[in-house]
Amino acid sequence: MTAFLKSREAILLGAIAVLLALIASRFPAFVEPSNLARVFTDTSPLIILALGQTVVILTRCIDLSVAANLALTGMVCAMLNAAMPGVPVAAILLLAVAMGAVMGAINGVMVWKLSIPPIVVTLGTMTIYRGLIFVISDGAWVNAHEMSPAFTGFPRFDILGLPMLAWIAILVAALFFVMIARTPLGRAFYAVGGNPGAAVYTGIDVGRTQFMAFVISGALAGLTGYLWVARYSVAYVDIAGGFELEVVAACVIGGISIAGGAGTILGTILGALFLGIVKNALPVVNISPFWQMAISGTAIIVAVAFNARSSRSKGRIILKSAEGHA
Amino acid sequence: MTDAASPRHVPNRLQSPAARLLKSWEVLLLAVAVAIFIANSLASPYFLNAWNLSDATFNFTEKAMIAFAMALLIISGEIDLSVASIIALASTAMGAAVQMGAGTPELVVIGIVTGLLCGAFNGVLVTGLGLPSIVVTIGTMSLFRGISYIVLGDQAYRGYPSGFSYFGQGYVWWVISFEFVLFAVLAVIYGVLLHKTNFGRMVYAIGNNATGAAFSGIKVARVKFILFLLTGLMSGIAAICLTSRLGSTRPSIAFGWELEVVTMVVLGGVSILGGSGTIPGVVIAAFVMGLVTFGLGLLNVPGIVMSIFIGLLLIGVIALPRLWQKWRP
Repeated sequence: MTAFLKSREAILLGAIAVLLALIASRFPAFVEPSNLARVFTDTSPLIILALGQTVVILTRCIDLSVAANLALTGMVCAMLNAAMPGVPVAAILLLAVAMGAVMGAINGVMVWKLSIPPIVVTLGTMTIYRGLIFVISDGAWVNAHEMSPAFTGFPRFDILGLPMLAWIAILVAALFFVMIARTPLGRAFYAVGGNPGAAVYTGIDVGRTQFMAFVISGALAGLTGYLWVARYSVAYVDIAGGFELEVVAACVIGGISIAGGAGTILGTILGALFLGIVKNALPVVNISPFWQMAISGTAIIVAVAFNARSSRSKGRIILKSAEGHA
Repeated sequence: MTDAASPRHVPNRLQSPAARLLKSWEVLLLAVAVAIFIANSLASPYFLNAWNLSDATFNFTEKAMIAFAMALLIISGEIDLSVASIIALASTAMGAAVQMGAGTPELVVIGIVTGLLCGAFNGVLVTGLGLPSIVVTIGTMSLFRGISYIVLGDQAYRGYPSGFSYFGQGYVWWVISFEFVLFAVLAVIYGVLLHKTNFGRMVYAIGNNATGAAFSGIKVARVKFILFLLTGLMSGIAAICLTSRLGSTRPSIAFGWELEVVTMVVLGGVSILGGSGTIPGVVIAAFVMGLVTFGLGLLNVPGIVMSIFIGLLLIGVIALPRLWQKWRP
């Protein structure tokens, strides 16, 4: 119990509570259950993507192509729906996940088989995927009136007071808790990030594990692509522009170490919620939404400084004392 | 006579300097540049025109200035993704100064000082607190441009003094623009700095083995701090040129440039893992990217489709040599 109180998750939970209390002291309507549910739903895409990004970062990689993947899949789903309104939502969901997974696999193969640094691969695919949206759509928008009611209705479908979008985020989070704690793949993510050399000796294929992380991240980006386009009932080239940074920010704030191998699923979810609450609270407390970017930037810097303090490597200390004795 | 007497074939493992040069990345890149040049002149009748070619240099001069400093930074094993946001912040600072009646000399000082301050901020976070540069600069990328958004919102600064337009629109002689001259001078300065000075050797040493460099007496943190400062300075100078060329400042100015700068550096043969790369390589890469963008522009290819080519170029130049090594018999 005391270990939990000292943990990153507890500090984040405290920060979120303080934040909510501050907002509630001036604007009590913000913390009403219906509004909190709205905030959670609004943050759901960020939570889903951040969970995918978490496993990628755990394996010492980074995926900057998630927002472009999301936008491309979303555009394909929207165009398919506009062209053939008869295609059932289940088929579109399947298509979205499969398409996203393929795009993730492209990233993964280049990291696994060609050993190209992940940041280079995903910076490249980020622009390629984003450019492809323009190529397939010719820069045109797919608007609400071109989408079928079933297509746009799915993420808003209400179950027990929460829309489907929020339930999907909860489901994905639950699956991640099980996968991370209870499956060999989940443990492999930590092993690969914590010590790739040792992971090889325990029989873990480092490249393959990183590949799997990219496939998971891509599949979730694809899924979110459909949900995003359906929820906002519009698809165009620039949707979710720059969202990859918010996703990385959520992970870093949640305590996922960029050096790999450290961090928890709960941390990521809290990190995403923290950003989501800030984003939704800004207009309520009458701060221009133009502040959002600077605030998330500051949050990233503070969080990474915090991460580094709590995880100073012991190897460095030994070196320093040896230097002192010499 | 058996064939035992015939001389055994000894592979010539030590290549002559000429052969090594011929196989080098820079020469390969130069061949690509020439090929693109020829392809462009065949594809569009407007390409081979002194003024058009002069216009084409504006596609890369500002980015290349940053790329020189970024090359040193990446060779040392760090990266700065906030460069485009530094441009936005420096440009916003200059725009705000104009509203308060600043003249051209003040604007230049403000642009350069803003760049240096941003670089110093990155440098302190990375070297002072020992944080990973990729996350720090993703954070400052958001922060710096975020400040521009707070100041400007959906507004824009205009009304720059007429003398200020020289930096981005002036010509030194005939078709040779001021920006191109600045680019050439900076290329020489950075080439000398990296390849002919102690400082340059320190940068390579740190990139190859930072611990080893520290034990051989190199002040690793200080060198890296200077490199962040230089990258900030170059971003400030690029901000002056770009603002002068556009004549206005919006918070979205130079959006996405960090990607193109990193692409230019990597395309120039600098290892993203640090430790190797040259300034001539980056210079040729700047021309390659400028020619590709300009040639596609003459063919009326929209900007976002060009970015597909840039992305493919970035991945292609790294993937092809690795594929070649993998599948070579």
